[in-house]
This record gives sequence, C-alpha cells and structure tokens, in this order.
Amino acid sequence: MGSKLRVKADELQLPWLKAKGLELTLGRVVREWEEEPGPTPMPDIASLREWDKKLLRRYQPFYLPFCDLCCLCTFGKCDLSKGKRGACGIDMKGQLSRLVLLSCTIGASTHCGHARHMLEELIEKYGRDHPLDVGGESVYLEAPVIRLVTGIKPRTLGDLEDVLDYCETEIVHLLSCVHTGQEGDNLDFESKVFHAGMIDHVAMEVADIAQISAYGFPKADPEAHLVELGMGVVDRSKPVILVIGHNVPPAIGVADYLARMGLEDQVEVCGICCTAIDLTRYSRKAKIVGPLSFQLRFVRSGVADVIMVDEQCIRTDILQEAQKVNAVLITTHYKNLQGLPDRTKDPADQIVRDLVEGKLPGVAILDSEKAGEVAVRVAMEIAPRRRKMGIIPTEEKVMEEARRCTACFSCVRACPNTLPIPKALAEAAGGNLKPLSELYEPCVGCGRCEQEGICPAGIKPHTLIVGAHRLETAEEKFKMRAGRGAIQDVEIRRVGQPIVMGEIPGVVAFVGCSNFPGSWKEVARMAEEFARRKYIITTTGCSAMAIGMYRDENGQSLYETYPGVFDAGGLVNCGSCVSNPHIADAAIKIASIFAKRRLRANYEEIADYIHNRVGAVGVAWGAYSQKASSIASGFWRLGVPVIVGPHGSKYRRALLGRKEDPEAWKVIDARTGKEAYVGPVPEHLFFMAETVEEAMVAIPKLCMRASDTTKGRSIKLNHYIDLHRRLFGELPDDLHLFVRTVADIPVTMKDEVLAFLKEKGWKEFENPSPDPTLIPRLVRVKEGG
Amino acid sequence: MEPWQRAEIPGPVKAVLITKPEVVSALIKRARRPLFVVGTGTLEGRGEKLPLDHVIRIARAGGIPVVATAQTAVELRKRGFQPAARMAMVEICSRLTDPRWSLQGDGQPHDLVLMMGLGPYYMEWLMGSGLKSFAPHLRTISLNRFYQPHCSWSFPNLSEEEWYKNLERIAEELER
Repeated sequence: MGSKLRVKADELQLPWLKAKGLELTLGRVVREWEEEPGPTPMPDIASLREWDKKLLRRYQPFYLPFCDLCCLCTFGKCDLSKGKRGACGIDMKGQLSRLVLLSCTIGASTHCGHARHMLEELIEKYGRDHPLDVGGESVYLEAPVIRLVTGIKPRTLGDLEDVLDYCETEIVHLLSCVHTGQEGDNLDFESKVFHAGMIDHVAMEVADIAQISAYGFPKADPEAHLVELGMGVVDRSKPVILVIGHNVPPAIGVADYLARMGLEDQVEVCGICCTAIDLTRYSRKAKIVGPLSFQLRFVRSGVADVIMVDEQCIRTDILQEAQKVNAVLITTHYKNLQGLPDRTKDPADQIVRDLVEGKLPGVAILDSEKAGEVAVRVAMEIAPRRRKMGIIPTEEKVMEEARRCTACFSCVRACPNTLPIPKALAEAAGGNLKPLSELYEPCVGCGRCEQEGICPAGIKPHTLIVGAHRLETAEEKFKMRAGRGAIQDVEIRRVGQPIVMGEIPGVVAFVGCSNFPGSWKEVARMAEEFARRKYIITTTGCSAMAIGMYRDENGQSLYETYPGVFDAGGLVNCGSCVSNPHIADAAIKIASIFAKRRLRANYEEIADYIHNRVGAVGVAWGAYSQKASSIASGFWRLGVPVIVGPHGSKYRRALLGRKEDPEAWKVIDARTGKEAYVGPVPEHLFFMAETVEEAMVAIPKLCMRASDTTKGRSIKLNHYIDLHRRLFGELPDDLHLFVRTVADIPVTMKDEVLAFLKEKGWKEFENPSPDPTLIPRLVRVKEGG
Repeated sequence: MEPWQRAEIPGPVKAVLITKPEVVSALIKRARRPLFVVGTGTLEGRGEKLPLDHVIRIARAGGIPVVATAQTAVELRKRGFQPAARMAMVEICSRLTDPRWSLQGDGQPHDLVLMMGLGPYYMEWLMGSGLKSFAPHLRTISLNRFYQPHCSWSFPNLSEEEWYKNLERIAEELER
C-alpha cells in the first residue's frame, strides 16, 4: 500500500518515443513500513462483523420510532406498527436501524466529500509530495486511525488519495445497503452503522492532517494561541466578512488576500461554525462569532457586509437572509450554489463591479483565491453605503410588537425547545424585557417560530428575543484556544498508565453541534466540573465554542483557566468537526505507544483494548446532524460510550447495557483464558440523558473500565458517588456492581459504602483484576498451558 | 386531535383520548401490575402544587410503584415519598420492552404503565413510540397535559387548570 507512482516529463526524447507534457501513472506502489500488518487491512463491510456483534450483544439497541410508517419506496407508505412488516418485508427494528445507517452514511460521505474536495485543492496548490506533518518530532505516530484501519502510513498529501479511494468505496457499498430489498436484520444494519462511523473517522483524519500540514495550523501545540470569540468581539466600524461552513480554503483565500494587500487591519474577518475554527487556526486576526445556532441572529444584526459560505450546516435560506440586510452572498462550493450564477471564470474586477452595483444579490465563485479577493473588495466598497443595516429591533420596537401577541401558543408549538415565548412577550409588553432576553441562550436560533403562518399576528419571536438581548450581545466577548490538532506522543506516554490504571479518572470529550436543550453554558459547566475533578477534557466544533462562551468565578473563559495539555485537568481543543479523530487517536495511541499493541490494520484488538481499558466518554450535548451520528458511531466501534442530550433521542436508537445481567459483563482473562465477571463497565454505549444532572452522573460511571486498578476504581467511584449524592441526593443504588473489592471503596466513604454493600448482600468479585479481553485469540495461555 | 408539537405525526395507530378521568382510575384498578414512570417535566408548573404533587397523590391512592428519572427522585423524597427506583428514561423504557422484566424481579411483567413529564414533549413522544412498537404486552397511559398519540390513552391538549382537575379526579376515584 502507498501512493501511486507518477512520472511527469515536460519533454521526453527516446529513440522510440518523442513526447511533450507526458504524465504517467503506474497503479499503486507498495511502500512498506516497519510494522507488520495486522489481520484487517482496509476492512470491508463484513470484516469486523464479529467484533460488532460482541458489542451489540452487550449493548442492545432500543429503537424509538418517530412514527409508525416507512415511506422510502413506492410500495408505501407501509404501517410497521405493532409487529407489522412492510410490503418489502422489513419490520420496525430493521427500518429504524436502516435509518440510523442512512444517517451515518450521510455523515461519513459528507466528511469524506469534504476531505476529497480539500485534498484536491491542497494537492493542486502544494503538490502531491507535500509532506504530512501534524506535530514534528512530538508526533511520531501520526494518522493513527488511518494506520489502524487501512494499514497505510501516509507520508505525503498524495498518499491520502489512496486512503480516500478506500473510504469512498466503502461508503458507496454502505449506502447501497439502505436500498429496498437489501439487508433485513437489524443487528447487521447496526454492524454497518459501526462501519460507517469507522470510515467517517478515517475520512475526517485525512481532512484534518491534510489541512494542518499544508496550512501550517498549530501542530499538537498545547499552548496554541487564544482566539477572540463572541458576538461582541467583531469590530463594527470596519468592513466585515462573515464566513460560514466547514471547508476553510475560501476563507483562507480572504485571509491571504488581506495579508498580500496589507489590509489586515482594515477589514474584519469573522466566522460561524467550523470554518471559523479552522480559519483561526490559520490566522490570528480572524475571530469567531459563535456556533451554528448564531447564524440568524448575527446575519440579521447586519454587521456582516459580505457573507461567504462553503459547505455543511449553513442555513439553506442564507441568500434570503442576506438580502434582508443588503449583504452580499458569495458561495464557494458546488455543493451549495444557492441558485446563484457561477462567475468563477469571470475577471474579479467584473464580478466586484456587478456586486457593488447591486446587479446581483450574490455569486458563486468556485475558486478560493478569487473568492477571497472578491469578498474583500466588495466588503470594502459596500460597507460605507450599507452602514451595517440590520433588522434587529430596538427595545421600544420590541415592546410595541409584543403588545400584539394573543398568546395562542402557536410559536411555542413550533419551537424545538418549547420556549415560553407568550409569557415573555406579555412581560415585554408591560416594559419588562428581562424574561424575553433570557430566552436568548436556550434559543437554538432555528427561526421556526417566525415561519409563514405560525404567528397569526405576524410577530417575529426570534427577532424580538435578539432585540431584547441587544445590549448584552455587545458584551459577548470571550476567549477560546485555537484548535491544536493532534495529541503529542509524549503526552500519551505521560498519561497512558494513569488512564489505563484509572488514576486519571477519565477522558471526557465534549463534541458536537449547538442544538442544546437549554443554554450553551450547560456544556461549559459540565466541562468545568470535570476539569476541576482532574479528568482530561477534550473538545471540538460548536461545543468547543460553547465551552468558551462562559466565564468562571474569576471572570475568565475556561480556556484561560485550564491548560491546553492532554493531562489531568487539561482542556484540549482539538479543532473543528474533522478534528474529532484526534480524540479517538489519543485512545488508539495509548494502546499503541503505552501498551505496545500492534497498531497497523489491527482494529479489533485495539478496539478491545480501548473498550476494556481506556476510560473515555463522548458527550454530544447538542448533537443535531447526520455527521454527529457518524462521529458517534466511530467511537462506538472502538467501544467508547457516547452521551447525548434530549434532542439526541431523535436519532431514534439507544445502545444500552443491562447491568443486572451478569452474563453480559463477562470478559476473558487473557492471562488464564478463564471467564471473569467485571461488572457493567461501561454500562452503555449510546445513552440519552434527560437533564444535565443525569449526564453529569453518567459521565464518571461510563468512565469505569474492567482494567481499573483498585486505586483507580476508588478514584472513579469517589467521583461517581460524590456527584450522585450531590445531584440525586443519595448513594447510587447500583454501587454494589462497581465495587469489586473492599479496596475499591474510597477511604472517606468506607463506612457508609460498606453498610450499603451489606444491605445489598454484596460479595467480593472472584477475579477483580483480570487482564480483560473479549477476543479469545488474545488469550496468552491456552487451555492446559 | 393534533399533537402538541408542530410537525409531530404519529401514524395510523393513535392514542384513545381520555375524555373522562374515571376511565384512567378504572384502568389502574383493573391493572394487575401497574407502574408509574415520572420525569423532570413534573417539576415545572405554576401555582401551589406542581404536577409532581399529583403524581404522589395518584401513586399513593392507587398503590402504584413509581420509577423516577433524572433528579425527579430528589423532589419526591423532599415531599416524603420514596420512589421504588431511580432510573434514566431510556433505561426503564427499554426494560419495559422485555416481557420477562418487572421492577419486582419475579418474571411477571408490568401490564400498565402511566407516564408523566418524561423530559421534553418530544422525548416522551419517543418513549411512547418505543413502547408501542416493542412492548405489545403493555398498555400505556400518558397523564401529560398535552396529547401523546403513541400511548394507548392520552389526555387531549389541556389548559393547566383542566389538567389539574383531571388529575385530582383520578386521585379521588382511586381514593374511594
């Protein structure tokens, strides 16, 4: 495996051949590296099925249909309620697992498409031989997911093409499985879901290591610079360009043009969602407005003169919204053209003129450099004329509008978070704007309350909420550490043992989108709680922003209070959505670097190691997208549990263990080959929490692992008991399942816990410290040996 | 009857509307092994009494064990009521799909589940649908203020005042 051999010759003269501009590609060259390949290089859909089935026996799917119907083919609609099967033969479990697969395949293909598009652009600019470098000497083991899954050790941008060839093939097969009349067994669908997640992590890793290497983003730097974050950090006195999406090259086109022309201090560049995160990894001048839920409120504020979008998580009505405030829209990606004319081949001067003169509301420019130049020139020319025209009402106007509310509750029924809008409007009508202003934080910014026909009086609740909050918005000024990318090998060496032994109580990854059930500050409070407790906190994407948009008791953002190191009490921002594999990488590297397990093409063994030994848990409190589901499924296949907030229940399937079933929690002791009961660790693989309190109790519980030493388990139990008692008012009633020996009990809680255990009839575990595995071939001593 | 949250469409099988609260009392009395699953939605309300207070009265009057989700148990205990168990919503609902599972652990399953305040409206919607599809041995009653069509029985969308009156009536019938 390795890159294709390409020979290029501008002019070639041989006795038998005369050629100009010759380019020859010779298939795939196997470029070996020192590690022997494991059993599953480039696994196909069925290669890891046995591993998946092991996990799915422990963590059974619990399906939650939205409705009784399947409407995916012309046989339908088919009623699948109460055990019925559809015309094709599928039942409800099959259908729901099929939908989960569809969601995860959409997610994986989105990241893979993003990676391919960006890689092509980077190769064109930097060449196929541009070396990959994600951390210099501090990251010898780069691209762990790619190595683990494909067996390829990529060295250059060109090597990543082979990796994506594999991903694309798998995604096509996975999507075809969703077709009518294919798979029928829900557990086989679930195995494919895991496959989609694994492929997604490979594709994301390609995207991030390519952009880190080519653009010179921070390379595994725990002290990456601090970035300005919040609605209030944008300098409104300057022309403003807003970038939204996930594919950063066009935004870098803006930054490069500004630098080239010496205009960096004259134009403000800010962003929303992952393009913003990645742009701030490139440019110290760029700022972040906020997560994807801030699109409507910021666009409508009128601060942005030019809005430049690329791909993913962009409001599909962005053109209409831009037009409301006379901002110019530039689309830069063929995935999202918004009906605008493609002016890629036209001279920049001509495009600028047409936009400035208002002949067009926007244009598509599928060339990052040209898009960057046009965005800057247009912003500078139209800014003085636009005068930041916005549509956010004044406080007086908010009160006036509020008086028209008839309290019909139609807006409440349209709101994803059922916000008490009429009550707040009633207060506003009387001059008290506080209750309306307080809806700003739990509002997810979807604008459903303003859609045609929702309010019979024509009130625009979202706009009024933002208007009521106007003064506080100007004070939204925070700091976030720029995405650092990978975790250093030396950091892994430092924490590998304490994590596996349980002495660092866990790694908690706050990831995912901003579809929060309440304020975004709930994520920050969770991160703060576990950072204080000396867990390692990692984060990416919109959750990384949410953590930043909060001040602790010292008035600082958490990124200022907690160091960016991958160590106990560290707060590690890896970067954007496509940086998520760095979190998985850390777990994989613990198995490889600390435990010296073979990494290359050895998925099952590494996942088994992580599942039984690495106390990591993902928390996607505001997950909304298909990408979030595929990211989660990539963690599931590695045996890492994921917690979602209430909206995550709309993924319509949980993966739950039954803690009371002793058979489910047996491992094989690799030292003896004998079975050992280890208790329900971790209890669930995909869990939906009803409240923040429930999530906070679940986190320490889901960080327990079979390999914990007594000291480690004691530390983990201490956090579990302490949080349970603080938030639920009593000792956990399942404590006896997690205490293996008396030595596991936290010293300060000994008497109380022993009394509880006695009441439960608890007995010490027969083999409290096995060398745990779920894979028989990893047993080192054979029967009779 | 329309579901409370816009765009939630259940399918052909929908809850029977509870137009007379006495029907609920009769169903509880007839049930062999009822269970009350109660979530944090019962902690939100106006006036002197919270929905949770009605839960306690109904549970006491009907002798129904209560499973409390998330931090609901804390509030129950503050009111001098000990729930039979504290479990997460997905934990209790997934177990209820197992025809051999019961809180008592004797292999005799529950036959009637009352639900109230299981998180936001959409979460209870999904729990109701999970039980509807995968727990054919169960009948479910939503005692929420808003219509939950995936349950076997549900109130229509009610004002808070009407809702409380209905809950009181159920308790009164059970107390007789």
